[in-house]
Amino acid sequence: MIHVDFTLNGDDATVAVEPSERLLDTLRDRLGLTGTKEGCGEGECGACTVLIDGLPANACLVPTYQVRGRAVETIESVPASELGALHEKGATQCGACTPGVVMTALWIRRNADVLSTHPPRDLMAGNLCRCTGYDGIIEGLEAWVQEGQGEAGGDGGAP
Amino acid sequence: MSVLLPESLPDALEILSSEPDAVPVAGGTDLFVHWPDRLDDHGRTFLDLSGIDGLRGYHWEDDRLVMGSLTTFWDIIRDPTALADLPLLVAAARQVGAIQIQTRGTWAGNIMNASPAADGVAVLMAYDATVTFSSMGGQEEIPLSELYTGYKVLQKPPDSLLTSITVPRRDYRFQVFEKVGGRAAQAITKVGMAVTRRGEEWRVVANSVAPAVCRCHRVEAFLSEERPVSGPADLLAPLREDVSPIDDIRSTARYRETVLSRLLYFGLRDECPSFS
Amino acid sequence: MKRVEGLPKLTGTMQFVDDLPLEGALWGGTVRSPCPRGRIRGIRFGSGVDWSEFVVVDHRDIPGKNVVRLIEDDQPVLAAGRVMHLHEPVILLAHPSRTELRRALRHVEVLIDPEPPVLDFGLPPERAQIQFGEDNVLKHLLTRKGDVEEALAQAPVLVEGVYETGAQEHLYLEPQGMVAWEEEGVVVVSGSMQCPYYVSAALQYALARTDDQVRVVQTPTGGGFGGKEEFPSGLAVHAALLAMKARRPVKLIYDRTEDLAVTTKRHPSRVRHRTGLDKGGRLLAQDVDVVLDGGAYVTLSPVVLSRALIHAAGPYSCENVRIEARAVLTNSPPFGAFRGFGAPQTQFAVERHMERIAAELGMDPVELRRRNLIREGESTATGQVIRDGADRVAVLDRAMEMAGFAERRKEYEAFNRAHDDKKRGIGLACFFHGAGFTGSGEVHLDSVVHVAGLPDGTVEVRASTVEMGQGALTIFTQLASDALNCAPERVRIAPADTGLVPDSGPTVASRTSMIVGRLVEEACRDLVGRLNESEGPRGISDVCGAIRDWHEANPSQELLGTARYRKPPNVEWDEESYRGDAYGAYAWGTYVADVEVDLRTFATRVRDFVAVQEIGKVLNETLARGQIQGGVVQAVGWALSEECKWRDGAMENAQLTNYVVPTAKDVPPIRVEFLEAPYPYGAKGAKGIGELPFDGPAPAVANAVANAVDCETNEIPITPERLLEWVLKP
Repeated sequence: MIHVDFTLNGDDATVAVEPSERLLDTLRDRLGLTGTKEGCGEGECGACTVLIDGLPANACLVPTYQVRGRAVETIESVPASELGALHEKGATQCGACTPGVVMTALWIRRNADVLSTHPPRDLMAGNLCRCTGYDGIIEGLEAWVQEGQGEAGGDGGAP
Repeated sequence: MSVLLPESLPDALEILSSEPDAVPVAGGTDLFVHWPDRLDDHGRTFLDLSGIDGLRGYHWEDDRLVMGSLTTFWDIIRDPTALADLPLLVAAARQVGAIQIQTRGTWAGNIMNASPAADGVAVLMAYDATVTFSSMGGQEEIPLSELYTGYKVLQKPPDSLLTSITVPRRDYRFQVFEKVGGRAAQAITKVGMAVTRRGEEWRVVANSVAPAVCRCHRVEAFLSEERPVSGPADLLAPLREDVSPIDDIRSTARYRETVLSRLLYFGLRDECPSFS
Repeated sequence: MKRVEGLPKLTGTMQFVDDLPLEGALWGGTVRSPCPRGRIRGIRFGSGVDWSEFVVVDHRDIPGKNVVRLIEDDQPVLAAGRVMHLHEPVILLAHPSRTELRRALRHVEVLIDPEPPVLDFGLPPERAQIQFGEDNVLKHLLTRKGDVEEALAQAPVLVEGVYETGAQEHLYLEPQGMVAWEEEGVVVVSGSMQCPYYVSAALQYALARTDDQVRVVQTPTGGGFGGKEEFPSGLAVHAALLAMKARRPVKLIYDRTEDLAVTTKRHPSRVRHRTGLDKGGRLLAQDVDVVLDGGAYVTLSPVVLSRALIHAAGPYSCENVRIEARAVLTNSPPFGAFRGFGAPQTQFAVERHMERIAAELGMDPVELRRRNLIREGESTATGQVIRDGADRVAVLDRAMEMAGFAERRKEYEAFNRAHDDKKRGIGLACFFHGAGFTGSGEVHLDSVVHVAGLPDGTVEVRASTVEMGQGALTIFTQLASDALNCAPERVRIAPADTGLVPDSGPTVASRTSMIVGRLVEEACRDLVGRLNESEGPRGISDVCGAIRDWHEANPSQELLGTARYRKPPNVEWDEESYRGDAYGAYAWGTYVADVEVDLRTFATRVRDFVAVQEIGKVLNETLARGQIQGGVVQAVGWALSEECKWRDGAMENAQLTNYVVPTAKDVPPIRVEFLEAPYPYGAKGAKGIGELPFDGPAPAVANAVANAVDCETNEIPITPERLLEWVLKP
């Protein structure tokens, strides 16, 4: 077993994991944080998106030992009170892709300058959705970013 | 499975010399695909590179970019100098998977995974990049265009690690990168090309049309000779000497060959007076 | 009203079946046939695994009938003696460790003596390949109107064509999954599904239990699209069998690769049209022949075939129609329900055929539609007289206006003359979709809804029709709060648990809002009626207060409003002749796709998409719009990139990287507009819309591509590889 010290949703955390363990399984099975979903296991669908040092990553492709010393953020860190814009615009239907969508959208919202080089649909292309046809998601994202303007911008990278 | 977690490059190299079969892991975006099903791989020894600060970062010199092997696609996408001076790197990086892959995937991992579809490799090769392998015995710099000698066969020195990638900074009069996938993002390349022109020197690199990403030397010569080209079909003869596309789960040999000839033709038409 | 369960979904707190904590549960897995057809010679359990640690189930463990209950009793729960398709389930295993289970699954070999499989539904089977009836035809249907042969013989213009559509995977983002356990003698199965009562019936049949000995609880379902209509029945029985043998709960969750490879897909189709017209483009005769690939077992193919037939002539009026339809057996995993359910397939064909007709006549394709769209008082292919007040021509006109169809067409002619490396085109499709079950199907379903008034003054709607993202919870809440004139916060929707809710029918056929929603309204009115009874007749301004009062006056009693489906008047369907009023209501649409084809790569990019439809009544703007946009994008994927590559009759490209669905970057914003002609028997006048958006995009896109590159696009998906061949014509 490997001991991994990291921060999880802002708090210090430590887990003992198998070397072959994926971050996705550590979060869901060991830590009971089932908000992050498994949609494909191959890094295609984005349902398992988490933030590592502030950047979106597919948790199904991250060996947990690699987050030692890093900051991991999951959907559990996002309170309902902040999600009004997404709710309003119909960004969720069945909910299966939603946590991954929200985490990618959260990164964009915090680093809105990335929109000066990347259209929103490019940035969301790693989050597959089968229900919305993407309009609800993109409109939700744009409204959420708009709402977030004026908060601290970022460099698109580590906090 | 066991994983080794060196904190310095010398430690890593020492490990490699005693465990040459240890699999180096950078971002993991290739290695961990379908991981739960890959029971046989679970028994291997992995050499994790993510703790080695010496492999992080990249820097610009007057005549080159030097990237440590933990440099990600996203690192380069965000760099204004890269956009200005080595735009094909940015163009390719932006089309690798999607953001979640770009933030974790490394140029070095792309090279070492040795997929014939590797977009990062294609543009690096078109820029005459070299790769540096380090071992306990020293360092060796190899032109990327000479690294691959077959499908997933690399001329890597024994017990060595790819530690940096060097990309010359030059004035190009023309450069283009084209990726054709099954959709606009999150796609493995079905056929791709990276082309640069410096003076009369051409680099034409194709991916997904041969056992490895490859320079198309015959096409380069053809272009240098300024042969007349009236349509894509005129490029088929030199192309066929350089590439050997196949039918596979993603596409067909005919599609790959035909589309490559069309990408070349339409892509170079305005640049080459001998094209009509 | 915003989606009532939106915040739990957005915060990730809503628990799907794989999120449920299950103490002491085992993981279940399935051993499958390695061959598309043959006799099972034996099962070999390899050495290197301690089998005593495993629960092993085969067909002999089935207490009741070894049949997945649907229409015919032909599909076994677990193969016994023979296999009929690759990946057919044979053995089930369970173990506490998912990793050990995965390992063990590789060490069970199903030994088969192969027999010659049928793998091409277009070829007549050889004698040794006959596996159903005399000719492998799982179902045959025929409908006739007027005299097609005579009319074809007389018609001044005759146009023929053959059109093909491929299979499609639903790709719900939440893979299939069930958990099962036994509790006080009751087998409980919980999981991702669209039809709890279908699952209950399947469990009763296979486990030889009565309806009080099984209980089915739907968990939040992460997408269905028909893929969780019938498939979950077999999966639920598998989970139950393991749980019963293990005497422990069992979790049976498919990973994506397994889900892609083994679950149902949209029926592939081949449709042949022979059409007679006058020189002005009026339809005189439509002769249509439809063949669907049914796969190895009957499952729901007869019903898919039915809907395919009924929609096969398009939303047009024509006096002489003959439609013949067959579903044929192949040794593929069975094809199944998928949004649209046969109508997208046959409407792809008829709308491509209309383009061909327009080209042959040298006629404007818009004018051709205008001339033939059904008018009020005219009848459909099955002789149903349409009198619904919907202005189908207005739908067409509005779509043309929004898309700038005529202007773009001209503009693109010029663009295409000026460019040789890319071409632009614009195309339309007119279509319709009948909501609810066909003919007397709704009568047989006999759906019931309860609305309970609870002691605290709140109201609970009880229906087995589920939320799967389409917005059922919100619509029911809205309808109930409107019908009762109470705040939505006082309305809750009961979990779709067969122990708690009556059978309001399956969540399919676009019936949820229109039919079940209407029952919710009626049950609410019934509830108010009961309050009135006890209070004396008066208007109730505070239903919640009245409910509380009622409970005080009637302690320990249940206050329940109920409603049962009643067939609307003047809806007559003849199952024998396959004629009459197939559906109570049709929604009508015209879609326009605007595309650019890259002539270097033959990739098609949809630049703009307009979706105009008449749907009776928009119950919730955001939800309705979301249904249309989602359906359009899913259908665009079917038209352009989603392809099942077959090996031995099953999907070889069973990896998400190799099954290409659209990302956000692959589609433009979908521009949606609604017209309304209320349907008197739908909730608030609403017609069903869940499947409607699937019927238009594929032909609209195919017509746009044909317009762009001036070649026939009669087969979907129009992959770049295929389009290259059609354009370059070797």
